[in-house]
Amino acid sequence: MFASTLAALVLLVVTPPTGVSAVDRPNDGGRAIIVTWTRSPDPVTGYRILRQPEGGEAWDTVGFTGPRLASFVDEGTPDGVRSRYRVLALTDGEPAESEPSGYAVSTPQWFNTNYIPALVFTFVFGFLIIFFLRQAKRGAKLFMRRIAGLDAVEEALGRATEMGRPILYVPGLSSIDDVATIASINILGEVAKKTAKFGTPLIVPNRDPIVYTVARETVKQSYTEAGRPDAFHQDIVFFVTDQQFAYAAAVDGIMTREKPATNFLIGMFWAESLILAETGAMSGAVQIAGTDALSQLPFFITACDYTLIGEELYAASAYLSREPVLLGAIKGQDYSKALILVLIIVGTLLAVAFRAPVLELL
Amino acid sequence: MKRQLPLLIVLVVGIFAAAAFLIPHPIVRSVDEVFRNDVLRIIAAFSLVLGVGSILRHHFIKIKRKAAHWPFSYITIVALFISAIIGLLGGIDPNRPGILPTQVGGFSFHIQTLFSNIMVPLAATMFALLAFFMASAAYRAFRARNFEATLLLAAAFILMLGAVPLTRIVIPPLPDFAEWILAVPNTAAKRGIGFGVSLGIFATSLKILLGIERGWLGGGGS
Repeated sequence: MFASTLAALVLLVVTPPTGVSAVDRPNDGGRAIIVTWTRSPDPVTGYRILRQPEGGEAWDTVGFTGPRLASFVDEGTPDGVRSRYRVLALTDGEPAESEPSGYAVSTPQWFNTNYIPALVFTFVFGFLIIFFLRQAKRGAKLFMRRIAGLDAVEEALGRATEMGRPILYVPGLSSIDDVATIASINILGEVAKKTAKFGTPLIVPNRDPIVYTVARETVKQSYTEAGRPDAFHQDIVFFVTDQQFAYAAAVDGIMTREKPATNFLIGMFWAESLILAETGAMSGAVQIAGTDALSQLPFFITACDYTLIGEELYAASAYLSREPVLLGAIKGQDYSKALILVLIIVGTLLAVAFRAPVLELL
Repeated sequence: MKRQLPLLIVLVVGIFAAAAFLIPHPIVRSVDEVFRNDVLRIIAAFSLVLGVGSILRHHFIKIKRKAAHWPFSYITIVALFISAIIGLLGGIDPNRPGILPTQVGGFSFHIQTLFSNIMVPLAATMFALLAFFMASAAYRAFRARNFEATLLLAAAFILMLGAVPLTRIVIPPLPDFAEWILAVPNTAAKRGIGFGVSLGIFATSLKILLGIERGWLGGGGS
């Protein structure tokens, strides 16, 4: 009887966690302390983490972890208050309490050192782009490869003019804070200059009210620059709805009713991309699409005559306007890409030569 | 001044937003949040007024000119006013009714009811069309007109076969090969495009910050 009671007691009393330490979480906005410990060698059901501020009496429970974990982030600690921690190993019987950690204090940081590589590459890419911008300003001749989708713009506009049919320009479904939308608005400016010159009707339906406002001003300015301010009217650019599929239905309706000779689907698209592109293909329009949404690219490539893939979308306004300064930026992009390519090749070779340790360094 | 002021605001706010990405301090992050959420929301509210004005003008012009299918414009205008009145006067929270009663007996015409029973099924119907469009697009894509189309056809054929459970018994290595196509060549191409897109976004942002690209200002202005 005595022996079995003693055995039960031995089983219930477990070794407490040891080596409890508390440090401020680095590179964060404060209010967080990382608590680590060495797990109890005995079977436990989990750990309870307690915090005591300096000068305080009570130990407050700040969280629990499972039995296999040996760290916890206290995300509710006040900044600037020194606190220490204890960890309790939980069992079916009495919990085993660790010794308290040293004091730690949480402070918000002014720089996230994890982003140093990103900052370095930002400066390198920025330098390359600005260097080629300056070269272009000085009149250096810059070669640019042909982009079939953009070469087709003139042809598509000419076709619409000959057929006496309008051109439909869909500037994507995203908001103005999406860079793809800004790139699309830049292309719209160039397209509008040409439609103004040829006297081709232009239709620009919008999903986002801010994009609508910017697109309207852009088209108005393009008509003025083309010397045809009289040809601009408020109804060229209009707002439809901010509902995704209601917008898709409205644009499909325009494609079916107005029978545009050319459809531009340029910007950010989601599930509606194929609905728009297929309706356009069925209506017999020449279609030029462009997006940086990787998941929508296959749909556009399948259903459209020309597709601007990824970066071509961002190069389009420079390509169409042929402004040397803008072309300089594209050259900078190309050299940045070449740099990335070299780094990938060097990294791969080093990884193959030295295996995993080099990968960890990179 | 009309051009200089927006350019200056973009330069200052743009550099601040980039810096806020690197600085986790709550003072910087809270100001960044104000720009991203509050300021953008205020601008969006003003733009929405312009948007509603645009819809009305567009449809009134269609009615006036008796353009193709102009009677539908009446439906749009009437629907816009009805939902605006119900939403504004009937309230948007079903638990906090507004001054307009939105329930007659068992019949509710609350704005949430209208949205759930009209807008949602209509949107789902449009989305459902995608299945048919996929079939027609696939038919177009799978005609082996040139080398690229043939390659696409072959890859798609292997992937489709790889997804069929019976293939694992009939041609055991095919599902793994299909998986490899997705994991290696497909991922490599996607990452390549991803690099180009990232650099394109970076260059465009830089051009906007430096005032070289001014399309967003409402036209050239260069």
